[in-house]
Amino acid sequence: MALLDVSDIHVRYGDMVALRGLSLKVEEGEVVCIIGPNGAGKSTTLAAIAGGVRPYRGEIRYDGQPILGTPPDKIATMGVSLVPEGRHIFGSLTVAENLIIGAYMRKDKAEVARDRERILALLPRLAERIDFPAGRLSGGEQQMLAVARAVMTRPKLLLVDEPSLGLAPKIVDQIYEILLELRKTEGLTLVINEQSSNRVLKFADRVNVLRQGEIRLAGTAAELADGAAIRQAYFGFEHGAQPAPAMQTPTQASTGGAA
Amino acid sequence: MIGFIQNLIDALSLGGLYALTALGIGLLFGILRLINLAHGDLISVAAYALIVPSVDVTARMFIGDFNILFLLPSIALIVILLALATDLMAFRPLRKATTPTLMIASFAVSYIIQNGILMIYGSRPKAINLWGAANQQIQVGDLRVPLLQVITVVVTIALMVGLSLFLSKTRYGVQMRAAAEDFRMAQYLGVKGNFVIGIAFAISGILAAAVGLLYVTQSGSLSHTMGVPLALFAFVAVVVGGMGSLPGAVVGGFAIGFVVTMLQAYLPPDLRVFRDAFAFAIVILVLLFRPQGLIPARNVIERV
Repeated sequence: MALLDVSDIHVRYGDMVALRGLSLKVEEGEVVCIIGPNGAGKSTTLAAIAGGVRPYRGEIRYDGQPILGTPPDKIATMGVSLVPEGRHIFGSLTVAENLIIGAYMRKDKAEVARDRERILALLPRLAERIDFPAGRLSGGEQQMLAVARAVMTRPKLLLVDEPSLGLAPKIVDQIYEILLELRKTEGLTLVINEQSSNRVLKFADRVNVLRQGEIRLAGTAAELADGAAIRQAYFGFEHGAQPAPAMQTPTQASTGGAA
Repeated sequence: MIGFIQNLIDALSLGGLYALTALGIGLLFGILRLINLAHGDLISVAAYALIVPSVDVTARMFIGDFNILFLLPSIALIVILLALATDLMAFRPLRKATTPTLMIASFAVSYIIQNGILMIYGSRPKAINLWGAANQQIQVGDLRVPLLQVITVVVTIALMVGLSLFLSKTRYGVQMRAAAEDFRMAQYLGVKGNFVIGIAFAISGILAAAVGLLYVTQSGSLSHTMGVPLALFAFVAVVVGGMGSLPGAVVGGFAIGFVVTMLQAYLPPDLRVFRDAFAFAIVILVLLFRPQGLIPARNVIERV
């Protein structure tokens, strides 16, 4: 049985369709990536799984239980944690407070303290700034804090929305290193959204290409390794086969910021 | 000089009442984006709960005759329950509504509570004497200070310190601050939305109860609209201080108290009737120069 089974979900924001019949299966321990341009519906997909957006049709099962319509705080206690796009750090709270928020719902207090030590050992930059207001951290540090905060909930399934957005490549490398390290040590199952495929193909087990609210292509990283199929699904035409249109025009014009 | 110090103490005690009321309103705005104009009516209920429910013209003490150690928790409990009931019946069904919708709902709640008071207690204002001893004056050198003003300032400070300790030291306080900054994100981390909102309503009830008791001791009368002007000035205090910022609400409350008291004291006698007009003119001026308030809330500062 898949840990996460999303089948045929539809989401609309007012008149604008964000997801039209999206299905996605994630097995325990897998790293699944969703790639796609701006406005394809990547963030909506993760928000729907985490309970922040309610699909009007379809079904979502987590660990065999239907969770569609369950409030986000309840889904969090079931072991699903979301690191949203833009990080959503509590800027006026200290780094320590940001970390502990996610652990309040846990009963295993001794484990919480141990988790905190472990994650701070992994992220010495946060340890140094533990009593700083989180709003004073740099973008990269905030992204690391967002990941650390989510891990403090002890999730089984971690959803990460565009962890590389607006960060320098070197910092992004560090963040991916941490995510993969956590996958190894915590046995995390990961679903990661990204706009670009280069990094994703290196470590994902499976890749889904999302465009205009639908999965256009799905396969294992090995199957999609050469990239041509991904480009075709991503842009909707064979890149280079047509007189080069501006890269983002076709998708942005038609869906305008559904993320 | 003595006169000025006297006025300053007046300003502090009036500002204290505004600040406590503004905290109650600001706390809910921070978490719910609700401008709760019914908060003033919680203050009225705190005062009315002291007397025997009847339409008689003369008020007979009921809870008001209890020992203070029993009186305070009883009144607080009544107002907390009413605050939670307003959430359950009026605001919870509107969780996804916009701020204007919520504000209009709070108007409705306000009218319902006021008319409830009218039905139970009748429409005539009643005289009431709670803690008459607190109205005596204490003499410090040339300065004569009503004891009640000292009590008001002390209670204000104690409640503010208590609230800030709650917010910074307890798990529910930390969750409330997180929810006030980013409600959805807090939920994603397992913070129970309705529970945290319930705590906020309960705290606003405690604050309203304290203000109600202090205010009725000072004014010595009950009327079904007695809380309305307090809520109105406190709302202005919240706006001046910075919507959603609790330090802002406190600073705004004291600022409004200071401005109103000083205008009352130093305006030429002919102009004193227009005191509130002058006060609001100053408010408008402040907002022209600092539209985000004196101490803007964190979540309205544009993030880079």
